[in-house]
Amino acid sequence: MSNEAILHGHSEVDTSHDAHHDEHGAHHHKETFITKYVFSQDHKMICKQFIITGMIWAILGGLMSVLFRLQLGYPDSTFPILEDIFGKWAKGGKIQPEFYYALVTMHGTVLVFFVLTGGLSGTFANFLIPLQIGARDMASPFLNMLSYWFFFLASVVILCSLFLQTGPASGGWTVYPPLSALGDANEGSKAGMDYWITGMALFVVSSLLGGLNYISTILNMRTKGMSMTRLPLTIWALFFTAVLGVLSFPVLLSGLILLLFDRHAGTSFYLSDIFIASTNKALPSEGGNAILFQHLFWFLGHPEVYIIILPAMGLVSEVMSVNSRKPVFGYMAMVGSIFAITVLAFLVWAHHMFVTGLNPFLGSVFVLLTLLIAVPSAIKVFNWITTLWKGNIRFTPAMLFAIGFVSLFISGGLTGIFLGNSTLDIHLHDTYFVIAHFHIVMGVSAFFGMFCGVYHWFPKMYGRYLNNTMGYIHFWVTLIGAYLIFWPMHYEGLAGMPRRYLDYSGWASFNQFGDLNKFISTVAMIVFSVQLMFVFNFFYSIFKGRKVTTQNPWGATTLEWTTPIRPGHGNWPGEIPEVHRWAYDYGKDGREFILQTEPVGSSESKH
Amino acid sequence: MSQAVPAGQKWWSGGKSPYNVEYGKLMMWFFLMSDAFTFGAFLISYGSIRFASNSWPDPNHVFRNFPIIGEMNIPLAFVSLMTFILIMSSVTMVLAVTAGHNNDRKGVIKWMIWTIIGGLAFLSCQAWEWTNLYSEGAWWGKIATDAGSHFLNADRTVPTTNFSNFFFTITGFHGFHVFSGVIINIIMLIKAWRGDFDKRGHYLMIEKAGLYWHFVDLVWVFVFTCFYLL
Repeated sequence: MSNEAILHGHSEVDTSHDAHHDEHGAHHHKETFITKYVFSQDHKMICKQFIITGMIWAILGGLMSVLFRLQLGYPDSTFPILEDIFGKWAKGGKIQPEFYYALVTMHGTVLVFFVLTGGLSGTFANFLIPLQIGARDMASPFLNMLSYWFFFLASVVILCSLFLQTGPASGGWTVYPPLSALGDANEGSKAGMDYWITGMALFVVSSLLGGLNYISTILNMRTKGMSMTRLPLTIWALFFTAVLGVLSFPVLLSGLILLLFDRHAGTSFYLSDIFIASTNKALPSEGGNAILFQHLFWFLGHPEVYIIILPAMGLVSEVMSVNSRKPVFGYMAMVGSIFAITVLAFLVWAHHMFVTGLNPFLGSVFVLLTLLIAVPSAIKVFNWITTLWKGNIRFTPAMLFAIGFVSLFISGGLTGIFLGNSTLDIHLHDTYFVIAHFHIVMGVSAFFGMFCGVYHWFPKMYGRYLNNTMGYIHFWVTLIGAYLIFWPMHYEGLAGMPRRYLDYSGWASFNQFGDLNKFISTVAMIVFSVQLMFVFNFFYSIFKGRKVTTQNPWGATTLEWTTPIRPGHGNWPGEIPEVHRWAYDYGKDGREFILQTEPVGSSESKH
Repeated sequence: MSQAVPAGQKWWSGGKSPYNVEYGKLMMWFFLMSDAFTFGAFLISYGSIRFASNSWPDPNHVFRNFPIIGEMNIPLAFVSLMTFILIMSSVTMVLAVTAGHNNDRKGVIKWMIWTIIGGLAFLSCQAWEWTNLYSEGAWWGKIATDAGSHFLNADRTVPTTNFSNFFFTITGFHGFHVFSGVIINIIMLIKAWRGDFDKRGHYLMIEKAGLYWHFVDLVWVFVFTCFYLL
């Protein structure tokens, strides 16, 4: 694009695009349907592509969980309709073991990568970065477009894998070898696993292209006066999210390439001394190490959970400050905590591997580093609570989801301290306690962060509001439902109930949980149906929602609310505004809020 | 870039790029960091598996052939030549970038051609070496274990296939990077030839291609050390 024209050797690199581009807001280029809606290079359209693809995945991923919750809640019942739909996978109306494992695997893969990474970062990084830092678009709109289309291709590959005769990958979303390396060991490790690896490799490319763009846009394209410490916290969070992605996804790629060779080239990177019962064959593989894969996987896998939660934290900080009509408490502490979390994210991966035979001394190092994460997390939590303290709170749906996020993050975070201790982990590892922990702390709470962002910025995206009544129903049912689903799982886990099992009726000790499982499954279905209501609300409101009539409906201070109600490509007609103050001047000198673009007055009080 | 920063200049206050780096170069640097992690993961995996193996083939014995001369037993001579070629191509790349700084189109074209030749020569050497090792019984999942094999461990015991597994995977991945680099350099050459950069007024693209090329060279130094020297 036009910022190619930036010259080498000037004393200052001007980050505003050239004059031609500055006219964008005023008059549009002739755009065809293809360039406007399909191969669009406008960050706002790419954001919409990401969120809608993410929503489709969220529905599919959620539906998978409803299916396996049917099995877990009602192991003795049959549902003939399932056989009509899924054929041999649900023979006799009962979910077959292979189907069950495929469902849990794909549920994890889809939700972790395609919804909460692609759908969350992709949506809000694309939407908010140029709008909040004051840029016409991303540094490279073309690479940005490619980032979405690689995401789309990855989605297509994974979607295709669902329809394979041997089924999709089914060795768990962590795809540990040897199970994932040997087609003879598991139906899902036949073609399904190759599709999974291909899909994930495409996903890594998408995330890399996106991440490089986000980083260089934030560093290079800030408008005049927008110093790093005047950035809204959303941008800080998205910045470190991108750094995490750029540095951790390549390691997963390496691990998957080695896995691919183990599957097809007869290598033994992860394989050693294996006898397969189904074919009655001993494999020649020798000298490999399955634990090596776990190291490579979790070197990505742990930063990945922060890639999921950091954007949610950023969105929540912003929405909470706007709707408390108060500056966010401890801005620099918030930035520092995000940074600390980013650094620690790379140093804790082996806490997923305490029971692999890890050296106990090494384990204790990872316990220490893991527990250190509680410090920045607690700083953030206290800052959110103190932001609310004595605030003039407006309980919009976005604000409710932000508060709900904090509640869930505390509940899920505390159980993280249990699991981070290697001794406790021996008992809790691979039980429902783990499921409860990570679903609350990074699953549901990241969803709450995303919902809070969608409800808050929907008016900017589409120029209309989401329906509030449906928003409130959505919030309360989801919040209460999430606790009802996952809170009881802590007890099941403490009692030793292992995760990933098809049927627990064979264990007398877990029979006491039969009714509880039924209850969890019922609530899960109710919560899922409420998400469908949200999806309806989303699409209905795009076309029929209440129209936004003012430029700055929430009374916020940040730059995106200085653009027209429906900004064109280029965001601002005419000049990009200059920034004179930080993003959180609420309730200052008796004024409700002061836009970032307003110069600091001579009589204004200091912060 | 090494511009003198005027006193009192506020680089981070927005409206300009901190340290005056154009966005594409910033992206390239972050991409290289990302790619360093890819190679890092490969080499650390290699290290951990090799460390856990009882014994390992002796590189002085494995890499002792030279094309045409054949069975001469001159350890590491051929790989030294390969390394020399690749490093020389880095030198010519530096000269191309310098010519670009001076907006010297002819100089850029000349040195880009030399860089491309260096890259192709390196790839050809690698092709020969792979063929040679293949003919001696090494491939993914295979390693010759008979008494006359060149791959026997230093203590003459039977070697692990992980030697060839890692060798072909990692040098292959590096070779793929060199190949991509050659393609990028050819595109840059064509663009320089057509005068695209003169129209644009600067040769920044050559500089970015140069960053990538030097990175690929640097990675080779590590790959070379791990497989041939240790």
